[in-house]
Amino acid sequence: MSTTTTTTAGGVRVAKPTVASHVHDYWGRVRGGDIGSLPAILGLIVLCLIFGIARETFFSAINFANLFSQGAAVIFIAMGLVFVLLLGEIDLSAGFASGVCGAVMAVLLTDHGWQWYTAIPAAMVTGLVIGFTLGLLVAKVGIPSFVVTLAAFLAFQGVLLLLLSGGTNVSIRDSFVLALANKNMSVWLSWVLAIVAVAGFAVAQFVRVRGRAARGLASDPLGVVVGRIAVLAIVVFIAVAILTQERSINPAVISVKGVPIVAPIIAVALVVWTFVLSRTRYGRHVYAVGGNTEAARRAGIPVDRIRISVFVICSFMAAIGGILAASRANSVDPNSGGSNVLLYAVGAAVIGGTSLFGGKGRMIDAVIGGAVIAVIDNGMGLMGFSAGTKFIVTGLILLVAAGVDALSRRRAAATGNR
Amino acid sequence: MAVTPLLEIRGIDKSFGPVQVLHDVGLSVFPGEVTALVGDNGAGKSTLVKCISGIYTIDAGTVTFEGREVTIHTPRDAAALGIEVVYQDLALCDNLDIVQNMFLGREKTRGITLDEPTMEQMAGETLAGLSVRTVKSLRQLVASLSGGQRQTVAIAKAVLWNSRLVILDEPTAALGVAQTAQVLELVRRLADNGLGVVLISHNMNDVFAVSDRIAALYLGRLAAQVKATDVTHAQIVELITAGRSGDLGLPPEKPSDYVDITPGDEQ
Repeated sequence: MSTTTTTTAGGVRVAKPTVASHVHDYWGRVRGGDIGSLPAILGLIVLCLIFGIARETFFSAINFANLFSQGAAVIFIAMGLVFVLLLGEIDLSAGFASGVCGAVMAVLLTDHGWQWYTAIPAAMVTGLVIGFTLGLLVAKVGIPSFVVTLAAFLAFQGVLLLLLSGGTNVSIRDSFVLALANKNMSVWLSWVLAIVAVAGFAVAQFVRVRGRAARGLASDPLGVVVGRIAVLAIVVFIAVAILTQERSINPAVISVKGVPIVAPIIAVALVVWTFVLSRTRYGRHVYAVGGNTEAARRAGIPVDRIRISVFVICSFMAAIGGILAASRANSVDPNSGGSNVLLYAVGAAVIGGTSLFGGKGRMIDAVIGGAVIAVIDNGMGLMGFSAGTKFIVTGLILLVAAGVDALSRRRAAATGNR
Repeated sequence: MAVTPLLEIRGIDKSFGPVQVLHDVGLSVFPGEVTALVGDNGAGKSTLVKCISGIYTIDAGTVTFEGREVTIHTPRDAAALGIEVVYQDLALCDNLDIVQNMFLGREKTRGITLDEPTMEQMAGETLAGLSVRTVKSLRQLVASLSGGQRQTVAIAKAVLWNSRLVILDEPTAALGVAQTAQVLELVRRLADNGLGVVLISHNMNDVFAVSDRIAALYLGRLAAQVKATDVTHAQIVELITAGRSGDLGLPPEKPSDYVDITPGDEQ
């Protein structure tokens, strides 16, 4: 620990943070049970190594690109679920809500001749309405979210069947919608966006540090800030370098290269929701209600409205997930959003480090957890395991993640971190 | 006393259905003083505090704040007057840090973003003004604080808002010896900074350690409000348990006024 101190914030003396103290503090938090996404990141690396060694094709550019479109729908639903989980609630209907919204879009496009720019908003509005209804039932009527969304889970399955007039498969031919999950950006656009993203992150970091330093507040040491930016830059640039390789099996016929369009869509959602959660008053109130509802109520926070809003956000994100899933499958069928979709999404959020007990979780959790799920699904598929084995393994990993969550909570309670 | 009371309540009645909890209660709180509110369980301390802080509305009586007669209908009205309550169960969010807790529900914003530097600065100044120097970082999670530190944060949260009157509900109930001393010192400092402080406590040592005045409630009536220097420990205990002590307190009750419906023996 450094012995240098800095006088900050009106005279409260605190230890001046250094790179060493930062690492020390982080390690202290991990040991104290605040492990965040660490197990998911380590798990992701281990899984990639196992699958990469077992099947060479796992590390091929084409498979890497596939991971994005395979994981996109689950990641979006998981992002919405993070909000609901932050309040300690659950939305079991998010999977079929995504199916219903996808079906609304598909039916409007194919059967009613709508254009994508009206059909997609219609699907999103459907998501908002679903979320508002669920939230109202939970917050105002007071039915536990488990029961409300379990009922909705069944009901939406029925709605989906009715929308698809008894179970026909509605195919999508709109080129814009199909491009969302299946097309790539041009190589130069991929690089431009990557550089803009990294530069934007760097600027945001430095502005924050300078702003705090100017006020005489303790700020992150330069080494940590530079390290953070460097890690992001390395990850992003390596990913873009791989994705801009030619990955068509027969390049003479058709050229396939560039970052999949879903990647920036995921990135935008990640940035927007991370901003909302960590930098706005609303996000602060979501954490407060999740941490201690009574304290939030006494502080004058409209608890019911916050509770409704997280269900609205969850179903809205599920709607986007449903649109991407429909785009990827080129169609909507009665099982869209069914089978493993919801459990994968809940799994993604929890594996990423969002607590099932509320109050703890970040948006990046959904992306990291979603990546773990996508890698398991993809890697085990490549190794020729059956769907049955995949479900069992994914189920076990979800159980492990929830177990880690519960145990780290106990550890945190024992060490006084909670 | 030449100073006008910060808060003066007169003739407060409060009933819940057929049960009258407060009878004609009067109380004066002076700026720069700690007024201890003592009484046995069920004497009406919490109800009185909830009436002052706007959680309950009063049935009868007047509330005068800084010489003006006011009506307090909601906690928001109380907060607008500068009345802050620090609850027994703290009302802090474990998953948020010190600054986030102190500004909970009243966050400073710049545009749509939270103005973290300003909040951290104000929180630091408030803590420094209370001579709190025991926290490692203002960005520590409240979960990692000791009981005394948590109580400190809860009190600092109450004084952050230019409050005039701070009501503390059993602030030392769950604390150890050293932490109790630390919190009592803080309570004293609040009064020395010119605030009116109401301290609810069961602990006579705490009460005599910091208070200037002691108000004893007995079965929903104010038994007496006295200067702490004028009474002894034993007299206050008598006021709490019997409602009177010598010539202090309520007039002797006539047995015919009460019907004993207590099941079993009295404790």
